[in-house]
Amino acid sequence: MTTETTVGRFGRYGGRYVPETLVPALLELEEAYAKASADPSFGEEVARVLKEFVGRPTTLTPARRLTEAWGGAEVWLKREDLAHTGAHKINNTVGQVLLAKRMGKKRIIAETGAGQHGVATATACALFGLPCEVYMGALDVERQALNVFRMRALGAVVKPVESGSRTLKDAMNEAMRTWVSQVADTHYVIGSAAGPHPYPTIVRDFQSVIGKELRTQALAAFGKLPDAIIACVGGGSNAIGALHPFIGDKGVRLVGVEAGGHGLDSGQHGASLTLGTEGVLHGSRSLVLQDADGQIQEAHSISAGLDYPGVGPELAYLAKTGRMEVRTATDDEALAAFYEVARMEGILPALETSHAFARGRELARELGRGKHLVINCSGRGDKDVATISARGVPPPVGVKA
Amino acid sequence: MSGEIAQAFAKAKARGEGVLVAYAMAGDPDLPRSVDVFAALVEGGADIVEIGVAFSDPIADGPVIQGASERALKAGSTLKRVLDEVVPEVRRRCPQTPLVIMTYVNVVMAMGEERFAKLARERGVSGAILPDLPPEESADLRATFDAAGLDLIPLCAPTTPPARAEAIARDARGFVYCVSVAGVTGMRAELPPDLSQRLDLVRRASPVPVVAGFGISTEEQARTLAAHADGVVVGSALVRAAHADGPQAAKALCANIKRGLKR
Repeated sequence: MTTETTVGRFGRYGGRYVPETLVPALLELEEAYAKASADPSFGEEVARVLKEFVGRPTTLTPARRLTEAWGGAEVWLKREDLAHTGAHKINNTVGQVLLAKRMGKKRIIAETGAGQHGVATATACALFGLPCEVYMGALDVERQALNVFRMRALGAVVKPVESGSRTLKDAMNEAMRTWVSQVADTHYVIGSAAGPHPYPTIVRDFQSVIGKELRTQALAAFGKLPDAIIACVGGGSNAIGALHPFIGDKGVRLVGVEAGGHGLDSGQHGASLTLGTEGVLHGSRSLVLQDADGQIQEAHSISAGLDYPGVGPELAYLAKTGRMEVRTATDDEALAAFYEVARMEGILPALETSHAFARGRELARELGRGKHLVINCSGRGDKDVATISARGVPPPVGVKA
Repeated sequence: MSGEIAQAFAKAKARGEGVLVAYAMAGDPDLPRSVDVFAALVEGGADIVEIGVAFSDPIADGPVIQGASERALKAGSTLKRVLDEVVPEVRRRCPQTPLVIMTYVNVVMAMGEERFAKLARERGVSGAILPDLPPEESADLRATFDAAGLDLIPLCAPTTPPARAEAIARDARGFVYCVSVAGVTGMRAELPPDLSQRLDLVRRASPVPVVAGFGISTEEQARTLAAHADGVVVGSALVRAAHADGPQAAKALCANIKRGLKR
């Protein structure tokens, strides 16, 4: 089952809107990826690294206390937070860096927002012995000190980007500018299921390991496919990875949760699927947050990974055609969900992931008892402890004041 | 085809000169004062004027034009205001010089492709350059522009293989913009040694004139390229001069570069 209506297009979305200098490199990448995909030894190598190094398959965990508290469907968690480096991002970077090596590229560049993709890229580069440069908005460099250190410890160069809003979108602009000038020997590892064709396809394919494992695990654990799967959506790499293998299964509801920020009416959010309009950002046509004159607006979210004014073209297509339901969660709802999951299940989810949890209760109740709801637990929350603890910590559980 | 661009090349050729395509950013430092900059470019000898329209995420631009974009957006520049307030004034002050809009595809999409083409043509614009619209994505927009009589000017890059460059040249309207260096806009001390061969190749295949741009800022560079191209585009150097020292500095730089284009 595919939603790629023609090569590189998902309905009206997708395409390759980049400077001519990059087009030959994208054509080369497309061809190299097609060859690699057709070569069983490439797939075997990726699978081997995912098993030996990343720790896949990640488990499917029953969330018993959440199930009880929410009083509806049985809740299960696909544990991408247990993948090496603490999030699903590594699935894609391992694949892309192996592909870059196959293509004979000598160095790797990447962009990062929260730093998870940057860390995952730096990790794959350390593993395979390639130099790595990560572009990161200067504001995010300040906000994400832990991940900046991790990237540097892994041997990567972190390049703070001072232009524009000094966040993820500007980091992506700068990575593209750098790639234009070094395109012959450099591979650009995009971390989101966004960017020019073939990136949305490549990232989706490497991340689909999440949904493929989930399918097998669900059948083994409860004897059928889930009734619904929820994932958070920024650019959309974890969502497309978890949901894509189920697009053809009409009985499985696919739900994406976007960043509601300070609220959809506030103008400060990251809800491109909900409130965006058709536009071109970072090389593909999709839904973007923009003003009437076509200027891209700054997104806002408490989670740096959802703080992006665009979204991958395939998710835009799934949302527009109604195959994926789209909901939003505000900063405050995500924070509340963070503590709820921490205290009920013993898991500190990433703030991005907390947005998916924030919509769990209502969906579990909509589905009702006897149904099965899977939440894609895309990453762990260690990177967010500074942001979260700055807002104060609620009192311990079960202790009388 | 608009016709005005071809005429500008023909006139320059008759005078034994290469064409100077001069770029500045509309709205930098504000909309009215940027009109003075465009007029100064023409006074300095520009044959074609490129009117930059700011975009929030200019991935093809280096720091100089990024800075100009940010200033223009702060000053309230939009495509609509540029067409309403800047283009007619430049047209009035420089009635003979073809005007070309340079911006990013999202800005044109937001206005609506047909509406843009019609409005731009009515205001006296001859063509448009969209650096993030490669050939694969161009067909629909080119048809829309053709219907309105607006030239969609394509870019050709150092990484473009010969057969692809020939295809780009065959579909070109107005002129072919040959990007001299793999990189973003901005001044370069040295241009790549194989640039002249690449220009010769595109020129042989192209039914329309071929100009070189990106990185060009001096009379010497213009003189070297004049032998291999029908003209040059100068952008960042003019934007920087106008920003630092005002329209007269941009005019003086145009005059310098134009000297290099005289054969």
